[in-house]
Amino acid sequence: MKRLYFSFLLFLSPFFIYGQEDLMDLLDKESKPEINYTTATFKSTRIMNGHSIERMPPGQLDFRISHRFGRINSGAYELFGLDQANIHFGLEYGIFNWLMVGIGRGTYEKTYDGFAKFTIVRQSTGEKVMPVSVSFFSSVAVNSLKWSDPERTNYFSSRLSYVSQVLVARKFNQSLSFQIMPSYVHRNLVETELDPNDLWSIGAGGRIKLSKRISFNAEYYYVATSTTYQGQQVYDPLSIGFDIETGGHVFQLIFTNSVAMIEKGFIGETTGSWGKGDIHFGFNISRVFNLK
Amino acid sequence: MFLFLGLFFTVNAQKYMTKNGYIGFFSHTPAEDIKADNNQVASVIDASSGEIVFQVLIKSFHFPKTLMEEHFNENYMESDKFPKASFKGKITNLASVDFKKNGTNEVIVEGDLTIRDATKRMTAKGTIEIVTGGLNANTKFIISPEDFNIKIPSVVRENIAKAIEVTVSMKYAPI
Repeated sequence: MKRLYFSFLLFLSPFFIYGQEDLMDLLDKESKPEINYTTATFKSTRIMNGHSIERMPPGQLDFRISHRFGRINSGAYELFGLDQANIHFGLEYGIFNWLMVGIGRGTYEKTYDGFAKFTIVRQSTGEKVMPVSVSFFSSVAVNSLKWSDPERTNYFSSRLSYVSQVLVARKFNQSLSFQIMPSYVHRNLVETELDPNDLWSIGAGGRIKLSKRISFNAEYYYVATSTTYQGQQVYDPLSIGFDIETGGHVFQLIFTNSVAMIEKGFIGETTGSWGKGDIHFGFNISRVFNLK
Repeated sequence: MFLFLGLFFTVNAQKYMTKNGYIGFFSHTPAEDIKADNNQVASVIDASSGEIVFQVLIKSFHFPKTLMEEHFNENYMESDKFPKASFKGKITNLASVDFKKNGTNEVIVEGDLTIRDATKRMTAKGTIEIVTGGLNANTKFIISPEDFNIKIPSVVRENIAKAIEVTVSMKYAPI
């Protein structure tokens, strides 16, 4: 009898083991495949000077203060550029989970600017596979300098310039992200016949994370149609620097050959040359407030 | 034959499951309170063996501040690398729970909590309330980020508590 009882238990034992294992399996089977959207392709809405595909989430207000000092090669008398400061203030806000808008004011040519950035496609894995994220960026800038020639009939529209960019980015892994950005700049009025009204350009940028909170970033724009700006030779803008993240802040330290901190300015009007040492040190500070 | 079918049915009905249970955590420091909620927790209780398992998708934790959520996933939990947390345990005082009778039962659950591939043996007190058409389970316990190799940099050390309170609230239905 005892033996029978024992063999009965033996017979049941595989079922018990199965019964224990299958609780986790049961959950695994029940869990639906999900779309896994890639997040944090870049730490900030800017790679360096230009925009990244990142956007402020809905209800979040980003207060940005950016500085570019003078040229490093201006020597010890100017404390290597630190005596001069160009500032850009910005208030930027996420409206929907596909739209952010912003306004700003920069020292450079006393320019007011406004922009909208739309998320079109988001990189994802899982249920839906999408290799890249795509955003569209559009901005308008108003130069508020005194008219260079007050005698002639001046129109407000002459102060305006427009920028459109398609931003295509891929986060290859936790530390490496890359972005290309075909860009178009239109200036309503240009100073001389040599300055084109329309500029075509393609930019490339990326980041490599050095640690969880620090990344090395670089950004370059090849400008196809521009050679001079108001009689000065222009160069392609190149910026390198670091993102440093601390809680609600992102600091970006930057070395760049452009003074302007908006697209219209740095794409077509960069008169500094890396080769000659016309390098500006600067930083962007971003502080995010939750308004929801 | 009918008797056999009936038996089969009761054995099956001893398992309870949910896919939208709640787990939240709360970190309190003088500098900042941090709270996150996850309403997509999956869990199964086997009433016959007292076994209980949980699966928690880390990316389903939502914070009032979106930026905080991004940092949570990117910097602390590394949820691309470790997408899920899980718990596998047992009700140690199963004998004192009568699943047939409506009412609240005090239980002690002991098991392995796995977060970021680090497993820690845990014991927590909670309640299982037997209600018509299912059961509700509630518990609170404390975990420490250190136990799961979550590194907290010195700049935010003032903002993140060493002991984080976890609240679990589940409504199970029989399967």
